[in-house]
Amino acid sequence: MAKKTHDTPMLDQLEGGPWPSFVTGLKRLAKDNDMMVDLLGQLETSYQTRKGYWKGGTVGVFGYGGGVIPRFTDLKDEAGKPVYPDAAEFHTLRVQPPAGMHYDTKTLRKLCDIWEKHGSGLIAFHGQSGDIMFQGIRTDKVQDAFDELNENGFDLGGAGPALRTSMSCVGAARCEVSCYDEARALREVINNNLDDMHRPALPYKFKFKFSGCGNDCVNSIQRSDFATIGTWRDNMQVNNEYSRAYFKAHGMTDLVNDVVTRCPTKAIQVMKKREVKAGPQHSVAELDDEHCMVIDNKDCVRCVHCINVIRGGLLPGKDRGVTILVGGKGVLKIGASMGTVIVPFMKLETDADYEKLKELARSVLDFFAENALEHERVGETVDRIGLVNFLEALGLPVDPNMISEPRSNPYVRTDGWDEEVAKWIEHKQQQKSAA
Amino acid sequence: MAQHRSPIETGAPDPMPLLHPLLRKNYGKWIYHDHPRPGVLMHRAANGDQVWTVKAGTQRQMDVYTIRTLCDIADTYADGHVRFTTRSNIEYMVADEARVNPLIAALNKAGFPIGGTANSVSMIAHTQGWLHCDIPGTDASGVTKALMDELHQEFINCEMPNRVKLSTSCCEINCGGQADIAVIVQYTKPPKINHDLVANVCERPAVVARCPVAAIRPALVNGKPSLEIDEKKCMCCGACYPPCPPMQINDPDSTKIAIWVGGKNSNARGKPTFHKLVTSGLPNNPPRWPEVAAVVKKILAAYKADARSWERMIDWIERIGWARFFEKTGLPFTKYHIDDWRGARRTLNASNHIRF
Repeated sequence: MAKKTHDTPMLDQLEGGPWPSFVTGLKRLAKDNDMMVDLLGQLETSYQTRKGYWKGGTVGVFGYGGGVIPRFTDLKDEAGKPVYPDAAEFHTLRVQPPAGMHYDTKTLRKLCDIWEKHGSGLIAFHGQSGDIMFQGIRTDKVQDAFDELNENGFDLGGAGPALRTSMSCVGAARCEVSCYDEARALREVINNNLDDMHRPALPYKFKFKFSGCGNDCVNSIQRSDFATIGTWRDNMQVNNEYSRAYFKAHGMTDLVNDVVTRCPTKAIQVMKKREVKAGPQHSVAELDDEHCMVIDNKDCVRCVHCINVIRGGLLPGKDRGVTILVGGKGVLKIGASMGTVIVPFMKLETDADYEKLKELARSVLDFFAENALEHERVGETVDRIGLVNFLEALGLPVDPNMISEPRSNPYVRTDGWDEEVAKWIEHKQQQKSAA
Repeated sequence: MAQHRSPIETGAPDPMPLLHPLLRKNYGKWIYHDHPRPGVLMHRAANGDQVWTVKAGTQRQMDVYTIRTLCDIADTYADGHVRFTTRSNIEYMVADEARVNPLIAALNKAGFPIGGTANSVSMIAHTQGWLHCDIPGTDASGVTKALMDELHQEFINCEMPNRVKLSTSCCEINCGGQADIAVIVQYTKPPKINHDLVANVCERPAVVARCPVAAIRPALVNGKPSLEIDEKKCMCCGACYPPCPPMQINDPDSTKIAIWVGGKNSNARGKPTFHKLVTSGLPNNPPRWPEVAAVVKKILAAYKADARSWERMIDWIERIGWARFFEKTGLPFTKYHIDDWRGARRTLNASNHIRF
């Protein structure tokens, strides 16, 4: 039995309604947990005054410089004593989840037991960077909690100016649009750079995210400094059984309105079967005995909309890999920015391919560590120095897929034109011989 | 000094041993999925194997009793494996279609709504708020709970033109991320500076450097080194508050809530987009923020009534135009909607394309 609970008239109003209530969960914990009794007291105060009462500090585990989010109460009485003393320390452990956020119940129960023993019993699945957030622990218990989590195969995530915990979509585990092994890519890249996560020494945070296709279910383009998005180079695959099933269920109006006209590059045409003259760049999906859908794969930008609509009837091609974009970030300081392409296509299939991805990731991290200003995200660095300088530093060739359009102003010195043209010709020849 | 244990730097755990056996067996071999009802997906592999997924909403911040309840359900009604989505929904996988309905019944009985798939309003991506953040303007779990209570029917049904992703953020940093509809704190007054504390708490050059509009400069106040703000320049973003807590940006009354629409992370159809400001000045009104819910529901109703199938919020608005968006939602258009940050001219109408 815990101490007497505080009145929480505001929070009580969040117990009703059809959505699961976190307040009910907090109260359940407070039945035998003084920390949660006082946490409810402080949270209710915030609801009453509309102010937050946590401040940071320094709390960590032996051997690491990050991964614990320290929280000390700032709600003190006139004598400077915490109003809610049992929640005066309420730190969070950020813990990296298994890639793709898969669990078995044995593992989840183990995590619960550990957190019940050392901490408050409150766990968030998951924070916005993907961490399992073990919320609410006293300073003197942090090491023991971490040790036990760590002995059970879990490691702290990132915080501060460091490599951050990563996320990958469900991907190959349960999705037909997956274009690579997202979980493997995440683990190869992140686990190769753990020193930058556990001992924060970068100019600012750096996030990698891994999405299996253009649907980008982990929001990598906007939420990560280095977005790895699945794609393919060859023709879209067709399964006539499923494309016919779609057409039978939906008919021509849905096909035209939902698929053909929604293609962003107008790469799809509906044709009479007998009129189809398919070339090597065309995918032809049967709709019925008379009609076909013809996709010009040279016009297709792999947006995956048609694949989303005609489920199973259209699938990514077989020559799969990733597009890599750099510079996605939130508001501070220059305003939100999307990642932009630095590698239009990188094959991601063999061990050697994953090795190349790891090398590129490490080079970008090294460039960031050496060249970004303090508190500057890599997108801001690119903004400051220009994409070309960034690419040259990494030894990446320029490519028209990196832009929406060429420059529309003449403010550029072009006396290296002939040398650059020579580079382009050489690059094209290399591509040709590699293909 | 006590002997410390060195950490085992294992990093992100391998998900393979934790995967549902059918997911492990057919890793990378899926060819099709169906959506038999809201909250349920059926995936088929090349070899004909089928797996059913049941998706349920959670409160994200979960007590161990709730997690154990979810585990009990997984052990009794599913195959003992679960996963969480980006938006904190839980997914159960079963190898047998006959197990779907008993699983749904058990989840519903325990209070977990089934839905969040396809054209539904999914769970809100949200932040920490008053529960744990050191710089929150509002709560996050509470706003989410209150809004999801209101949007419950839209979660358990799939009646929207396309999927709808929501986010909430408890300050302008926007940790909740881009969304079809985003609910974000908007500060309206410059920070109030506690000059007694600045010198001891803040690294002043770092704070000066943090300001996006260079409105902060070092100053001596009452003989103490402190900072001062050019209030004409300050646009009240709160960027100075995290590195310098004595620059208090939060205020019970002047901290407002803004609503943004049209963010899209997916590349499907158009390129990904940022959400755009559509209304602000809503009161920060716990415990249920009814003014926020009213506007969100108004926007959703207009979108639901008017958008065509597969149009995300931004696809719909790009078709009808912003003028008609404000008309159809009844939201006021003000001078604050017109961007004046860098690159803003790109957002102005450089044409005579006008809808009448």
